[in-house]
Amino acid sequence: MKKIALFGNPNTGKSSLFNRLTGLRQHVGNFPGVTVDKHSGFLNISGKEIELIDFPGTYSIYPRSKDEEVVYNVISNPQDANFPEKAIVVLDSTNLERNLLLFTQIYDLGFNTALVLNMTDVASRNGFEIHISALQEAFPDAKIIRTNARIGTGLSELKAWMAEESVPRETRQQTLKAKNDLEGQIADTNTRFDHIKKIVSQAVSKKPTEANFSSKLDKWLVHPVLGYLIFLVLLLVIFQTVFTLASYPMDWIDLGTSSLASWLGTIMPEGVFTSLIVDGVIPGIGGVLIFIPQIALLFFMLAILEETGYMARVVFITDKLMRPFGLNGKSVVPLLSSAACAIPGIMATRTISSWQERLTTILVAPLISCSARLPVYTLLIALVIPSKIVFGFLNLQGLVLFALYLLGIISALLVAWVIKQFFKKKELSVFLLEMPAYKTPRWGNVGIEVFEKVKIFVFDAGKIILAISIILWALASFGPGNDMEHYAGKIQAPKVQTEKAMADYESQVASIKLEHSYMGHMGKFIEPVIKPLGYDWKMGISLLTSFAAREVFVGSLATIYSVHEVDDDPKQLIDKLKAQKRDDGTPTYTLASGLSLLVFYVFAMQCMATLAVVKRETKSWKWPIIQVGYMGVLAYLGAYITFILFS
Amino acid sequence: MKKLAQLPLHQKARVLGISESELKPKLLEMGLYPGKEVEVLFKAPFGDPIAVDISGYTLSMRLSEANLIEVE
Repeated sequence: MKKIALFGNPNTGKSSLFNRLTGLRQHVGNFPGVTVDKHSGFLNISGKEIELIDFPGTYSIYPRSKDEEVVYNVISNPQDANFPEKAIVVLDSTNLERNLLLFTQIYDLGFNTALVLNMTDVASRNGFEIHISALQEAFPDAKIIRTNARIGTGLSELKAWMAEESVPRETRQQTLKAKNDLEGQIADTNTRFDHIKKIVSQAVSKKPTEANFSSKLDKWLVHPVLGYLIFLVLLLVIFQTVFTLASYPMDWIDLGTSSLASWLGTIMPEGVFTSLIVDGVIPGIGGVLIFIPQIALLFFMLAILEETGYMARVVFITDKLMRPFGLNGKSVVPLLSSAACAIPGIMATRTISSWQERLTTILVAPLISCSARLPVYTLLIALVIPSKIVFGFLNLQGLVLFALYLLGIISALLVAWVIKQFFKKKELSVFLLEMPAYKTPRWGNVGIEVFEKVKIFVFDAGKIILAISIILWALASFGPGNDMEHYAGKIQAPKVQTEKAMADYESQVASIKLEHSYMGHMGKFIEPVIKPLGYDWKMGISLLTSFAAREVFVGSLATIYSVHEVDDDPKQLIDKLKAQKRDDGTPTYTLASGLSLLVFYVFAMQCMATLAVVKRETKSWKWPIIQVGYMGVLAYLGAYITFILFS
Repeated sequence: MKKLAQLPLHQKARVLGISESELKPKLLEMGLYPGKEVEVLFKAPFGDPIAVDISGYTLSMRLSEANLIEVE
């Protein structure tokens, strides 16, 4: 298939053009050896199938970060599988000089090159006039096209050029400097700018214009006090929207999958296969789908912030605060998004160009307390923290909840600092960020961004989540030998079959079965290990099952203590838990064991979906494994210290 | 030698050159070649990073990066 490459500086509207050309016919794959995704789009122009590859936005063909290496690797090697037949270079018409550097580099290599003058509307609004004839004279072999990706002008001309047979040009691979020949690259860049300055003076004339809208807006948005205030208010609005709006579709998905499971349970013959479908596969699929509303909503808002140009300002005002921890301003939004859910947070780290800073952000993001911990926190706080007023006006329960969130944030920053010390060879920390002018968002781009993120999550992370759900189901549904049936059979079925008696009986059977399943045995097996933290095997089982998702903890406890229908009345479970006694007669859930569990939940990596996403984003199992390890150690030590302090 | 990091707000200056560093080629590619006119537009809270107009577009950079750029 004919391959055409799309190059361009960041913020040139390159992605808009890509979306315009390919629509939803996009595919995300891999470039070998790097963590950047390869975005391809497919077009059919008058019967010809063309693959358009959207390369990461760069200012030069010479890589200045690891992720930028793909551009150099591909165009320097005609044997590369992605070596393009033609190249499209997208230029921001308001800033031709800097944009022409990349163009001349690619043009001079001998590609059939299209010079796409994008954002022509903004340019003319800002008083720029571009004379195509002068550009054509400077680059006689280039196809020059004016486009406006926003409204789609110039696209048919570009498509026609893409479909044309390529014209043989002299290839000049020898003009390419070696990747590590910095001196050569500097000399080359200086020569190019000398040449470009002459071209621009011929090709561009500018009428003076007034101070534009962006610089007026920036007076407020990066203001030392107001800037932060506006950012905090925006964050609050985003989180409120994610929490409140996402909860409706999440409830529908929950209800939908559980109804489907129980309906299938009634029509399918009883047996292992039915159980696999009803208790393993469907809840597993539900466990993937349940994240979609949060991912979609969060990326919808983040895409708007990105599109309008505000995101660059957030990075600008927060950079200094994050630097001591080995992070940069670009880590702020991913970390804060993790307070809703670490999954979109981790997926949002793509914009961090330094791999070390990106990896650090990914590794610490799950320490920020997410919304799935809230049901666990609420249950345990209600259980062990008395509801009383302290310092005259603060509710103690609320205070503990706040302390847990704070603990998550502080530990995320501290761990980031520790990780920073581990990197032997410090990667160059470059900030250098272009401040794009404020614009209204292009809704098509926002839509495609949301669609792509959901697609990546469902298809890439979803497989892993489903597999782990099935493993967890198997562990909870099977036990050694015939134990589960044997012990379940010992429970007396009620003589009078009232609804309540039957429900009690069924929850007792479920409880005894879970106790004698492999999961139950694992819970008992780890009891000596978790005993120092103040836990018993019943909590052990709940800790293990909540690896599926943290909120499963509540449901597991309900099963173990044979409380049915927790959702209808959480008080029932709380009363039952309060009444639990250890062998020596002391209560199981004390302040010490309760706080210890809370601290455990702040730190522990109990979310297979996050693991799956970290694997997806880092393209290796190494990092999720390290993450489970370090967070597990933190959780264990933290819970241990808490238990000792409070008992 | 005056550095871009020391340039007061809204005062225009010309780039003389870039100190030897790993960042040199990158800064050059961003358009900071000798002779280029620059102006500090605004600063982040705490004075770092700064936003610089590089005749045509706005680039934000840390003070440590602006310290590599000699201006007059």
